[in-house]
Amino acid sequence: MSEAIKTDVLIVGAGPCGLFAVFELGLLDMKAHLVDILDKPGGQCAELYPEKPIYDIPAIPVVTGDGLTRALLEQIKPFGPTFHFQEMVQTIERIGDPLFRVTTDQGKVFEVKVVVIAAGGGSFQPKRPPIPGIEAYEEKSVHYAVRKMEVFRGKRLLIAGGGDSALDWTLNLAPVASELTLLHRRDDFRAAPDSVNKMKALVADGKIRLEIGQVTALEGANGQVTAATVKHNDGTTSRIACDAILPFFGLTMKLGPVAEWGLKLKDDELIEVNTENFESSVPGIFAIGDINTYPGKLKLILCGFHEGALMAQKAYHYVFPDKKLTFQYTTSSTSLQKKLGVT
Amino acid sequence: MAKITYIDFEGQSRSVDAENGSTVMENAIRNSIPGIEAECGGACACATCHVYIDEAWREKVGGPSPMEEDMLDFGFDVRPNSRLSCQIKVTDELDGLVVHTPERQA
Repeated sequence: MSEAIKTDVLIVGAGPCGLFAVFELGLLDMKAHLVDILDKPGGQCAELYPEKPIYDIPAIPVVTGDGLTRALLEQIKPFGPTFHFQEMVQTIERIGDPLFRVTTDQGKVFEVKVVVIAAGGGSFQPKRPPIPGIEAYEEKSVHYAVRKMEVFRGKRLLIAGGGDSALDWTLNLAPVASELTLLHRRDDFRAAPDSVNKMKALVADGKIRLEIGQVTALEGANGQVTAATVKHNDGTTSRIACDAILPFFGLTMKLGPVAEWGLKLKDDELIEVNTENFESSVPGIFAIGDINTYPGKLKLILCGFHEGALMAQKAYHYVFPDKKLTFQYTTSSTSLQKKLGVT
Repeated sequence: MAKITYIDFEGQSRSVDAENGSTVMENAIRNSIPGIEAECGGACACATCHVYIDEAWREKVGGPSPMEEDMLDFGFDVRPNSRLSCQIKVTDELDGLVVHTPERQA
């Protein structure tokens, strides 16, 4: 196991609430690391609606999900947060009073005084296509991500989907695979036009095949797929022999390991917190944003910001048990302004 | 005002009165119609308010926009009469509209 990263606060989730929590913690001298399953900050704002307008951020009449993320990153810059992307927090163990040992699926270990769960709707996971019995092939011959291209050398691949992931992997794996078929629901692709053109050139050269339709059934045994049945839009079906299938149907949100951290949950999906400081049933573990619940809860970004501010006040006492906290305004406090780097 | 009928995959039918300008998704959520999730809240950013338009209504409702068509790629069991219900606005012309909800959302 790798050496533990020691810091004050670990924030689970780098969406808008997680990002703003860095600001509120930073004003009170607490250092934060953030872990997020995505490869970029912003959470749902980055993944679901980067270009869609948001109209209810106080004092900002309209901002896109991407614009809000960029503004928050600018705002928290003085506090130098450390991001750990494409990692998912797996376990949280209480080892002190309060001290937590947190591990990720990539083997990283943190030792922190406070954990702030700002995980929104949970972690983004690849969407499983609605094919009966597909679970039995997952990780063996059905893969939702490519970790090592070499695994697919000399194999007959079926890639399903019409977005950037499907097209990028089609282009990258075409020279590696012995045969490659790209399958999409329609002859129109969401992926970048350049990738679509390159893919069409490979099809024209006879290097790969393009099929229009949806997989309805799989054949195989012991986790090894041998063929897929494809239903075409005219109702006819065909069979594609293959050794591996790579479905790329986007991401969906799942609560994931949060359910196993010993926190009191409501309806098995939301973390119960108090409204004084948004602490969960475990002292030292807080939950802010869409993932928490309390009487009157609204799933709004602005509520998550408020929750982060109050959380930081309580977190301070765990991180600096001997210090007294004086409430200050950024408008007038020279010490806060110094932290922000504006004086 | 328009009456909208939602028929679930087991054939059970539920009807609601919908105001003009609201979406078929919003009326489902407001009235706790099962089978529609609307994870993203109506931003055309997921595919969890997917419905099948009843054949009798397909022409009147029309087809999906290119952006909606892109999102439908993420839907479960997408068919030629598939639409995202957050993208269908209620008008007087749609009074009596019948939509079918899929067995499950994506």
